[in-house]
Amino acid sequence: MSRHLKQSSRRRFLVGATGVMGAAGVVGVATPFVCSLAPNEKAKQVRAPIKVDVSKIEVGAMVTVAWNGLPIWILKRDKQSLLSLKKHEALLADPDSIDSIQPKNTKNTFRSVRSDIAVYIGLCTHLGCTPKYRPELSPIDLGENWHGGFFCPCHGSKFDLAGRVYKNVPAPTNLEIPPYRFIDNDLLEIGYREESEGV
Amino acid sequence: MFNALMNWFDQRLPILSFLRKHLSCYFVPKNLNFLYVFGIFALVMCFSQLITGIWLAMSYTPTTSEAFESIQYIMRDVNFGWLIRHMHTTGASFLFAILYVHIFKAMLYGSYQKPRELVWLFGWLLFALFSAEAFTGYLLPWGQMSYWGAQVITSLFEVIPFVGDSIAQWVRGDYTVSEITLKRFFALHVIGFPVLIGLLLFLHISSLHHVGSNNPKGVDIALKLDGKGKPLDAIPFHPYYTVKDLFYVLLMLGLFAAVVLYVPDFWGYFIESDNALPANILSTPDHIAPLWYFAPFYSILRAVTYPLFGIEARFWGAMLMYLSIFLLALLPWLDRSPVKSLRYKGKVSKFMFGLFVISFVSLGVCGVMAMNATALFIAQVSSLIYFSYFLLMPWFTKFEQCQNVPDRV
Ligand code: HEM
Ligand code: FES
Repeated sequence: MSRHLKQSSRRRFLVGATGVMGAAGVVGVATPFVCSLAPNEKAKQVRAPIKVDVSKIEVGAMVTVAWNGLPIWILKRDKQSLLSLKKHEALLADPDSIDSIQPKNTKNTFRSVRSDIAVYIGLCTHLGCTPKYRPELSPIDLGENWHGGFFCPCHGSKFDLAGRVYKNVPAPTNLEIPPYRFIDNDLLEIGYREESEGV
Repeated sequence: MFNALMNWFDQRLPILSFLRKHLSCYFVPKNLNFLYVFGIFALVMCFSQLITGIWLAMSYTPTTSEAFESIQYIMRDVNFGWLIRHMHTTGASFLFAILYVHIFKAMLYGSYQKPRELVWLFGWLLFALFSAEAFTGYLLPWGQMSYWGAQVITSLFEVIPFVGDSIAQWVRGDYTVSEITLKRFFALHVIGFPVLIGLLLFLHISSLHHVGSNNPKGVDIALKLDGKGKPLDAIPFHPYYTVKDLFYVLLMLGLFAAVVLYVPDFWGYFIESDNALPANILSTPDHIAPLWYFAPFYSILRAVTYPLFGIEARFWGAMLMYLSIFLLALLPWLDRSPVKSLRYKGKVSKFMFGLFVISFVSLGVCGVMAMNATALFIAQVSSLIYFSYFLLMPWFTKFEQCQNVPDRV
């Protein structure tokens, strides 16, 4: 075959051109199939924000609601635990939330808009399990240095009550915070986005 | 009459010649042992998975609202649905157990070495495809383990710097595992991967038949031929090995039936108990572990807990996990030993292979356990051994003293 092809440069050119056109065709046909797998417009639509009344949540308790197929945690923290947040900063990987994802107005020590109410996306930043809420101090299974927080059963990541990740655990960053605002004193709206801000 | 008919066929489509070439005139070393039946076992289980799978697909619904229900329906209402489902779930675990022994055999006797590199590579691709097949299948019941297992494993793509999030979303078709993910996994599980597996099985076995089977002594039987060009140390596959294989296949199927009928969940190792709860997107089960056959690789993933070069630990964990599978493919080129079978390799090879098997088993044990400091430490040491086996192999196989290989089996 190749012996015959060598004979004429015209034939070689035609074979080459056909090959190039064929390759372009393959890429052209593959494109819709590859793109078809990406999230479609319907999946991308940000679903409507949800409202939650936080006045019913007891101090120290946490409720979980679903928003956009994600578990959202709403936690009411007491004064004591808020005060202790500063103390163990040396043990944290990203105490100032530099590398973590959160709306601008929650980039503070408490990682919240209102200091007592914390709102997080309840998925571990390691591989997306839901960590367990473990508010108690120094329980037997978690040891002396446990100041209350979240423990991920999947691969042992630890977060404090501000959702900040500890050092030397598999999770790289603090728990993500969804966009939210207080419409009213105790009425929380999760998923609210300002026009200009694409979080 | 019958012969005339067969001849008529053979002149148009050479079925008889084909069977002769691959059965009664296919010459196989006469010293193949028990470990050599596992390839046939794998074929038998593939067939069983295909049939039970088709029957399951007739009653299963791939939607988030009905998937879990439809499994309950299969278990309670469909005639013999419980049996067909348990054959399928047990079959998956059996298939992996069989594949691990089959790979062990190939490593023990150096069957991946020249001229069987392609046999080995096609086999390796089959293993990768079966892993994908098992992973997509596991999401279908839409139980707690299905959902969270898929969530964790698809998140593995997120660890790739910069483009990771987009890749993970492309795989899931959504921001988290959802009905879109369920439907595409269903399509891949019932059509996509099986077709590819069929193709690779064909390539695996044709390339094997082209070069012939290795044997426990690693002796090349093609070097000693009789007057007619038939290897002196070979016997025809049919009837010798067909009968031997059939006998062991029946034994294996007996064991299979016992597991299917008496302990289909195999105490939580073949069907995890948390998967009896429907998927709940708000809460992960307390103890999430992969099925036993992925445990060794999962252990390697978990073993890395330190960031390196400014890149987070989970990235390195995922990379090491992929690497651990990829290194297997390179085995034919990492092994520089002049002899095939471990029987005639040097002491270092024997010692390293022993360590390797132990490390693989302990990685598996750690992988199904909950995370704790001891398990983590054992997993780290075992990972180290696992990788050194491959990375040191070019040296220890080259410089060690081997024994003489006999020229007859
Ligand atoms: C469902 C998957 C598989 C099936 C059905 C299958 C089937 C077979 C069969 C029927 C044989 C001949 C009988 C024997 O030597 O046991 C064989 C040989 C072989 N297989 Fe597989 N195989 C599978 C997967 C694999 C995998 C995952 C590997 C390795 C990564 C592999 C590597 C080999 C090698 C190296 C041989 C030659 C053995 C020798 O000649 O000593 N196979 N396979
Ligand atoms: S998913 Fe939480 S530690 Fe891995």
